Amino acid sequence: MTALNSKLIRRPIQRYVWLFLLPTFAAFCVGFLYPFFKGFYLSFCKFRITKDATFVGLENYKIAFSDSSFLYSFAYTAVFAVVSLLIINVFAFIVAYILTQNIKGANIFRTVFFMPNLIGGIVLGYIWLMIFDGFLTRYNTAVVLETKYGFWGLIILLCWQQIGYMMIIYIAGLQAIPEDMMEAADIDGATKWQKLWKITIPNMMPSFTICTFLSLTNGFKLYDQNLALTNGRPFTGTGADQIKTTQMLAHNIVEAFYASARNRGPGQAKAVVFFILVAGISVAQLRFTRSREVQQ
Amino acid sequence: MRRFIALILALALCLSFTACKKDGGLKGVKTGKVYYLNFKPEADEAWQKLAKTYTDKTGVEVKVVTAASGEYDRTLAAEMDKDAAPTMFQAGNQGAIATWGDYCYDLKGSKFEGELTTDAYNLYDENGKLCSIGYCYEAFGIIVNKTLLKKAGYEIQDIKDFASLKSIAEDIHKNAKTLGFDAFTSSGLDPSSSWRFSGHLANMPLYYQFRDKEITSQPATITKDYLDNYKNIWDLYINNSATKGASLAKATGDESKAEFINKKAVFYQNGTWEYAGLIDGGFLAEELAMIPIYCGVEGEEDAGLCCGTENCWAVNSTASEKDIEATLEFMYWVVTSEEGTKMMAEQFGPCPFKKAAIPENVFFAQANEYTAAGKYVVTWAFNFTPAVDDWRAGVVDALTKYSAGQGKWEAVEKAFVDGWATLYAKENA
Repeated sequence: MTALNSKLIRRPIQRYVWLFLLPTFAAFCVGFLYPFFKGFYLSFCKFRITKDATFVGLENYKIAFSDSSFLYSFAYTAVFAVVSLLIINVFAFIVAYILTQNIKGANIFRTVFFMPNLIGGIVLGYIWLMIFDGFLTRYNTAVVLETKYGFWGLIILLCWQQIGYMMIIYIAGLQAIPEDMMEAADIDGATKWQKLWKITIPNMMPSFTICTFLSLTNGFKLYDQNLALTNGRPFTGTGADQIKTTQMLAHNIVEAFYASARNRGPGQAKAVVFFILVAGISVAQLRFTRSREVQQ
Repeated sequence: MRRFIALILALALCLSFTACKKDGGLKGVKTGKVYYLNFKPEADEAWQKLAKTYTDKTGVEVKVVTAASGEYDRTLAAEMDKDAAPTMFQAGNQGAIATWGDYCYDLKGSKFEGELTTDAYNLYDENGKLCSIGYCYEAFGIIVNKTLLKKAGYEIQDIKDFASLKSIAEDIHKNAKTLGFDAFTSSGLDPSSSWRFSGHLANMPLYYQFRDKEITSQPATITKDYLDNYKNIWDLYINNSATKGASLAKATGDESKAEFINKKAVFYQNGTWEYAGLIDGGFLAEELAMIPIYCGVEGEEDAGLCCGTENCWAVNSTASEKDIEATLEFMYWVVTSEEGTKMMAEQFGPCPFKKAAIPENVFFAQANEYTAAGKYVVTWAFNFTPAVDDWRAGVVDALTKYSAGQGKWEAVEKAFVDGWATLYAKENA
């Protein structure tokens, strides 16, 4: 450490810091900044392919906001994100808590619970569709026939996929709680319940921050599972006034972008609105949970 | 000094990258290049082989990229954005012409166009520009397993109209247990199968409506006319099959095909493109026949098969002149050379070109027999559908609910008629 801190080594590194940053920064520009700003610009244009776009001002935003399916899918996605956030985090925490109580085979359980996370969303969507439909067919119905089946189907699917992932983060948080605090609580005669509420949960706030952030943004960004499981069905209304009752925001945007091939602008405008919404909501959520974190 | 060396090194690194790029680009400058964005995944292998043959013969680079099934429009949109955009692509219906017409090179008067035997499958834009040329045509109807039909006590000649089709199908269905097979394969409404009904079967009411009103270009609205006939045939399909009700929602195209190949059903609605798959599945050519889709329209005993195409080639007008030239030359070669015509006949069946080879596919022979016997061809009226994916999705959703007993037939009619009108209005706003 002292060697690295010596001026002889630090100086040249400091001087050429831009050179070391350059490759990553270039990649960031190419992969993120350029597409982002171009996308932002295109949301004000009428275009079929991005090469020839004509500027139309706020026209696309007007179309996007007058599209009832967009507003519907936004509300639907918000409800979905909140419900999935609650269920995923409650269960992930419970599972993590149980698996850190020195029970036999805890490692096997951890691996098993984590595994669904490794399967891709599309595959998962089709597998669960078969499971649900295999069951629902007995009652002469199907996932794509009722909005509620689609909603809860997606919730079950997402929980199954993500509880294991969040569980790993919670386990790490649980293991990071200082032993001496627990010991002091034991000596003071605290019950298990008191220890959970007064020590474990306050100390785990950083884990809650990251898990709620991840599950909230995942809920908003959900696309492939939605596509594979319901593809927005069932519908109400017809034609351009059609509402796809299980269509989430990301799916709505992709469809708007590709369905109206003559002008992809409204789809692009929706995507910009989507970015602002998701960024705003997750920043607010981060602020909120951060403010509850305790310093160890 | 060191900073200077570092700078030089960094620059050298950057330059070496750009040098690579330039090298790759130089080759194509001398002669034009062909880049074909292929539409049919099943023909990919044949195209790659043909492209290689052409390159070996002429030295002209031909790149063939195939879009994944159902992803053509998206792939095309992404590829057209690139500097090296496709020089040759697919624009097979009015919707595609409305979207890509500006990018289509006028093919009128080209050497390739001169090889055509008919103008029937070509697509023009509103200014009369020849945007794309139909390079093959297809036919669909009800594929019949003649052996099973005979086992059930009927001949193909017994089916003359909807009434006879209905009585035969109902009789087979009634005796399905003793016969060991049913009348129709499953009419699955999973996306892998639903296009057969929201696209092809829906062509029946559309065709007759347009015929009555002499409509020859995309109409803004359609009516309920002949939707009762659509209901007739749909009810016949789902009531005389082993798969019923809500389970249709998840039944796939593969399931339906497997039922036909495994001799579990006599009738299977599909098209000429299925021929190779059925022969591979163990059918003999003489066991198969394709009959028109009868749905109870007056005079339909004179109907032939539904013939048309969505396979039309367009040339990218924004490509460089050399590339356009090379592409036209390649297209001409494909439809005139021995290798090209052989591949086209094998993959696409009959092609409307003077030197086209004759395909083995018996379904085409039947399509021609119907025409030769003076029956009218049911053309592909569905090529006029506005926002075709959206419109079909609406129809499929309503059909699924109706078939599961959870929705009324009026909802299907609404999806048909209102869906068309609102989507047309949206597209042409």
